Amino acid sequence: METALSLVVGCLFAVALYLLLSKHIIRMLLGVVLLGNAVNILIFTAGRITSVAPPLIPGDASVPLTDVANPLPQALVLTAIVISFSFFAFLLVLAYRAYQDLGTDDTDQMRVAEPENDGPPPLGY
Amino acid sequence: MKTEAMVEAALAPSDYLVVAPVVVCLVFGAILLMIRKRIDWHPFLAIPGFFLVLAADVLLLLKVAAEGPQTMMMGGWKAPFGIAFTVDMLGALFVTASGFVAFAAAIYASVSISRTERRYGFFPFLFLMMAGVSGAFLTGDVFNLYVWFEVLLIGSFGLLILGSEHEQLDGATKYCFLNLVATTLFLITTGYLYGLFGTLNMADIAEKAGGFENDGALLTIVVLFLVAFSAKAAAFPLNFWLPASYHTPRFVVSALFAGLLTKVGVYALIRIVLMLFPPQHAELAPLIAWVAALTMLVGAFGALAQSDLRRLLNYFVVAGIGTIFAGLALVGGEGTPGAASLASAAAAATPDVVASAAAPLLPAAGNLVVGLSGAVFYALHSIVVMTALYLAAGTAARIAGSSSLRDMGGLWRGKPALAALMLVFLFAVSGLPPFSGFWPKVVLVRGAFQAGLPWLGAVILFTGFLMTVASARIFALAFWRNAPEPAVAGVPGGSFDPQGEASPALSMAPLLILAAFVVAAGVMPQWLVTLTDIAARGVVDPAAYLGSVFGGAS
Amino acid sequence: MRTIIFRFTAPYLTALMVLFSIFVLLRGHNEPGGGFIGGLIAASALAIYGIACGVVAVRRSLHFHPMSISAAGLFLAVVAGLLSLPVGSQFMTGLWVFPTVFGTELALSTPLIFDIGVYLVVVGSISSIALALEERESD
Repeated sequence: METALSLVVGCLFAVALYLLLSKHIIRMLLGVVLLGNAVNILIFTAGRITSVAPPLIPGDASVPLTDVANPLPQALVLTAIVISFSFFAFLLVLAYRAYQDLGTDDTDQMRVAEPENDGPPPLGY
Repeated sequence: MKTEAMVEAALAPSDYLVVAPVVVCLVFGAILLMIRKRIDWHPFLAIPGFFLVLAADVLLLLKVAAEGPQTMMMGGWKAPFGIAFTVDMLGALFVTASGFVAFAAAIYASVSISRTERRYGFFPFLFLMMAGVSGAFLTGDVFNLYVWFEVLLIGSFGLLILGSEHEQLDGATKYCFLNLVATTLFLITTGYLYGLFGTLNMADIAEKAGGFENDGALLTIVVLFLVAFSAKAAAFPLNFWLPASYHTPRFVVSALFAGLLTKVGVYALIRIVLMLFPPQHAELAPLIAWVAALTMLVGAFGALAQSDLRRLLNYFVVAGIGTIFAGLALVGGEGTPGAASLASAAAAATPDVVASAAAPLLPAAGNLVVGLSGAVFYALHSIVVMTALYLAAGTAARIAGSSSLRDMGGLWRGKPALAALMLVFLFAVSGLPPFSGFWPKVVLVRGAFQAGLPWLGAVILFTGFLMTVASARIFALAFWRNAPEPAVAGVPGGSFDPQGEASPALSMAPLLILAAFVVAAGVMPQWLVTLTDIAARGVVDPAAYLGSVFGGAS
Repeated sequence: MRTIIFRFTAPYLTALMVLFSIFVLLRGHNEPGGGFIGGLIAASALAIYGIACGVVAVRRSLHFHPMSISAAGLFLAVVAGLLSLPVGSQFMTGLWVFPTVFGTELALSTPLIFDIGVYLVVVGSISSIALALEERESD
């Protein structure tokens, strides 16, 4: 099971990196989404896929009675999902604003902050 | 039922100092956001708020200096099950420096940030970012560190696009994507780390890491951490997002970003790579030395090539990061600390703090303690000086009406006090005595020669020379020469934005506060060297840190 | 999208979804649910209302600005953690009281207050993003 999931993670990372290397913001956004999902599956796999029983402890015991699933990766993944979701929402709005304002989603043409051929500073006075 | 896993001991209110910086930031940020209609109250609440944060930071520093590392377990769960907030001297020093510059920046912002931008949420975002920065310095859990990274990123995004100008959207796009990829890399590595160790508590990992010597998987993890934190710290070759974005927001925002955000990456690198995995770090040290040298040179030459004051300062930040990295590359050596010779002079003056510094060193870690002590000192100096430089540049650009070195000039005649302060900061950033940049460079250069890396010491000195040239250019062009003829209409000079009213007295106050530190640390460096020495020893030999996490919870 | 059927049913749907979100929030301590997912349900309810009746109607019905709502949530969450200060236990320790109201024992706790805080943060921030996007669409 872990081997299959590792392959999935590898494929997702490859696709995400390919998209992130694109010049266009919209593809980079899709890359960010895939990257987030790849990481989530990675953390989930790193916690080992063992049992499917929910990690609940009965009220009169202090340890689980049977084998249970590892709850920590689930908590980590949940946090990571929340964070990547909110970041994606923010990036979406930002990319849209940048597209409206700068009139391009090609990162090669986004040179407002770093103008080309700025020239050297004055070398004397 | 669950008593075995819970901390039972009752706490005194002073134990809450460990979480106080974060809690105060969050409470004030939330209150300011709730009263978003009363923006006139914002500065009057924010400045006392940041003063409270600074007070909590200083009290925490004093407590750590007196009693050693402090731990608080979230929710009362024992380590390693609960999330630990652990602060040692390293974290306390960084958090105090961050509170100090945030306080100064808040005073500056109260006069330089316009009402519209305040309504947009400047101060709440500032508090949110500071909560993230403080949390990152205080936490003792790797995943929690990631969460604080994201909190400070969200706060910084909000500050970065304040005003929504073309330039800002352009810079913010690059900043956001590249930082997001860097933090995702951090998260990926955290996943691997969890897969290998089954725990994310830093103290727990430090104890277990000994069992993984010569393990390829662990070395891979450490390399990935190095890449992720180098990208956050803007070290070469991952530094390009910084000069692309740091000059686009308001000056006061640039100032805080330049002072704090890259240093969070440096801190995380020290905390995770140096403290948790010393054998792997020793293996990677030559690589770090190369990265440090190239970062310094890129920063210094980049600064020489810029004509815009703020973009020039961006490269100063990069050069500073390189200098800090140089200190992290020194390994091996005898147990005779070089920095302690500076510290020993202070031993007589402040015996209570130095008591722990006199402990015998671990063998073969002498150079690392020296380098680390110098690096921490340089990082603290850089936090204060870079913030101060951007703030001073903001005032200068507002008076000159431009931030391009082609159009500025004549400020010496009009504003001698500002020019004098700027000169102090430029001396400090170039590493000239008698200011705060001099001593850490002395420690680092001597440490590099001791560690058998004379070329690294030479690069530090050469970078200092180039930065002196760049600083001299700033001062000569913007302050010393007569004001140039007004530029031809239609040719905008640099990225200056005329918003914000000039209120000289109040915008000079934060510069004076920061200059006080620069002078104090330059004239009397002993007290700071003593503290950074304790911090460096705490990283090289984390026994006290582990004792605080596991002992405090039993 | 603004058909008469949708416009007629949307307020009822929104009311039901908000009610359901509170149910999900309250059952969250021991069963699936909680502040985050409850907040998402409530935010999507507001988004539906916004699609049907316009952003202005949503803003009026919320009364407070969405960001103020999430600020209140953040404040509540921090206060829930700070309540352990007077009892002398570690930050964010769960404290429980079991008062009996009308013959029913209620389990009230600081995790519940924290969860309500999370709920408000999510409702506020997600609905402010959703409303911003919807406003832009209608331009």
